[in-house]
Amino acid sequence: MTLFATQALALQGIRGHVVQVQADVANGLPAFTLVGLPDASLSESRDRVRAAVNNSGMSWPSSRVTVNLTPASLPKQGSGFDLSIAAAVLGCQAVVPPDGLRGTVLFGELGLDGRLRPSRGVLPAVYAAWQAGASRVVVPWANRAEAAAVGQVLRTDAPGGGNGGGGCEVVAISSLAHLVQLATGASLAQVEQASQADDALRQAQNPLPEPASGSGRSSQTSASAPDLADVVGQPQARWALEIAAAGGHHLLMVGPPGAGKTMLAARLPGLLPPLDPTQALEVASLASLAGILPSEGELPLTPPYQQPHHTATTAALVGGGSTVIKPGAISMAHRGVLFLDEAPEFRTAALQALREPLESGEVSVARATGTVSFPARFLLVLAANPCPCGYGYGRGERCTCAPHRKRAYFSKLSGPLIDRMDLRLLVHPVTQVSLRRAVAEESSAVVRERVAQARQRSSFRLREHPWAVNAEIPGSQLRHCWPASSSAVHLLEDQVRRGSLTLRGADRVLRVAWTLADLAGLARPGTDEVASALALRGSELLTGAG
Amino acid sequence: MRATEAVGRYGESVAAAYLQAQGYAVVARNWRCDHGEVDLVAHDGSTTVICEVKTRRSRTHGTPQEAVTAVKVERLRRLAWCWMEYARTHGLTPRDLNPNLPPPNPMTPVLRLDVVAVWLPGRGPAHAEHVKAVGS
Repeated sequence: MTLFATQALALQGIRGHVVQVQADVANGLPAFTLVGLPDASLSESRDRVRAAVNNSGMSWPSSRVTVNLTPASLPKQGSGFDLSIAAAVLGCQAVVPPDGLRGTVLFGELGLDGRLRPSRGVLPAVYAAWQAGASRVVVPWANRAEAAAVGQVLRTDAPGGGNGGGGCEVVAISSLAHLVQLATGASLAQVEQASQADDALRQAQNPLPEPASGSGRSSQTSASAPDLADVVGQPQARWALEIAAAGGHHLLMVGPPGAGKTMLAARLPGLLPPLDPTQALEVASLASLAGILPSEGELPLTPPYQQPHHTATTAALVGGGSTVIKPGAISMAHRGVLFLDEAPEFRTAALQALREPLESGEVSVARATGTVSFPARFLLVLAANPCPCGYGYGRGERCTCAPHRKRAYFSKLSGPLIDRMDLRLLVHPVTQVSLRRAVAEESSAVVRERVAQARQRSSFRLREHPWAVNAEIPGSQLRHCWPASSSAVHLLEDQVRRGSLTLRGADRVLRVAWTLADLAGLARPGTDEVASALALRGSELLTGAG
Repeated sequence: MRATEAVGRYGESVAAAYLQAQGYAVVARNWRCDHGEVDLVAHDGSTTVICEVKTRRSRTHGTPQEAVTAVKVERLRRLAWCWMEYARTHGLTPRDLNPNLPPPNPMTPVLRLDVVAVWLPGRGPAHAEHVKAVGS
């Protein structure tokens, strides 16, 4: 047989496409042509694969080899195609039987010794293979935990699979030789056992961990999230955090240095409910793409927390890269919290780039190699000092800033971005009195329980709608389907008539009022809730839109 | 150097015998011109075959076919045209040597570049691999 095809996966952002790898061995002088829009690391696959085949005790054809990756128009990146290319060429030589790899998707980078090396993006790849209806996915042994984690989710959350949710087998192997064994009819247990033994042998020879691509950063999941009980005082800020967590409202904290803004923001992920399996899969897929998914254990269920430094570029925030497009901080904060400390110090372009994802919940990154969209539905927390010197709060006696500098400082934030912040809050420094009081503060667990109850109420109310939290409900729907009490509406109308609140602002106040009602266990928001929501909007805080 | 030369000579005789067994008429061996040397020239029906012979005694230096690089194919192509001119002027074209050939057919090429790879294992018979039309 001179023609053979195997299946591989091309990742475009978080989405994967099944790619057919066709190999043709023709008469002619030895040559190896790889076509189908490969990038540099994929073009180098030719030399890796040839050496891997020769060093696995099999022979490379001494004739003209052509490998095509179809669809040929889809740009393909990375080294994950090595295994499928090798298998296709071996298929042409009848080393792999024609039916040996039917319905099997292969993913993995080969070393020159024929061993499979860990790859980035195994999790979304396995998920995509399952969606495409593959019955078996082969992944590198070093990525087995990641692949097993997605396997777990696929078993519990079955709808929508290409093969009707009927199992997608995930097989981890450690070398090309094991793939041949698997294709020639060795049982799964035999191959896994052999792979394990092989891996143990490798570790005995070289105890250093294998370098995985893209794992420059260590995993950000700490042993335990910081607890709200550590925060002394700040009752208003605690309350705002609780509302933000319950209703998904974006939060702006303004306060002098040392007031505890960073400390408060870091405790917000701990108040959010744990991720459900689908969300956890999304979050882990993004981490896998960035190469920071922990290699052991199950899918992390805690919402992510990202705190990019204020020198971050637009590409670092929204994602980028010239060939392999990687997710940025806002996508890494998907289903979690994005905290921008010293927000006015961020570049204007970087801050403006947040507007689109804040509305749509995803971000599309356009590069020469293609356009990729990443999910980015995050809870935004901004922190700022009241002025450049930081002491322009209260009567501002310590403040040394000129008025025009103060204005310039906040002008970076004002406008559309500020308007999207439902909760705007002054965080005052903790006084000696509240330090000395030494009362045991509420822990995260207690607040999380209240948040969970409030979210339960709102999700029950929104059960026939696509929105998950109050902050996502469009204004017209909000006013139409869930009107507030008439006295509360009067209060808002009064504000609008006096010009201190825009109509859009009124909608935002209503959303927060609904969250307050959910937290209080009320059927609908009354005057108190609307008044509180108005106060939390803190329009006097900034010169931004009311 | 002399040993490798001898191996090359022997390989060429193996290749010539192989081509004759395939029904080719070997017209010239080690034909030289200003551009270099052609190992074998043979006639496959009405097609002139310019043949490069590569001989190997072991696999330590890769397959013989691999030794024929694009540069060597290009040199072979130049040599081929020299031979064609020489054959035309010296009455060595396939039709000159065999007047009974069928009339020209546009589907049969006039000229072809082949590589014959000869393996000379330490023991056992020599064995030839024939790669046709390498220039296309």
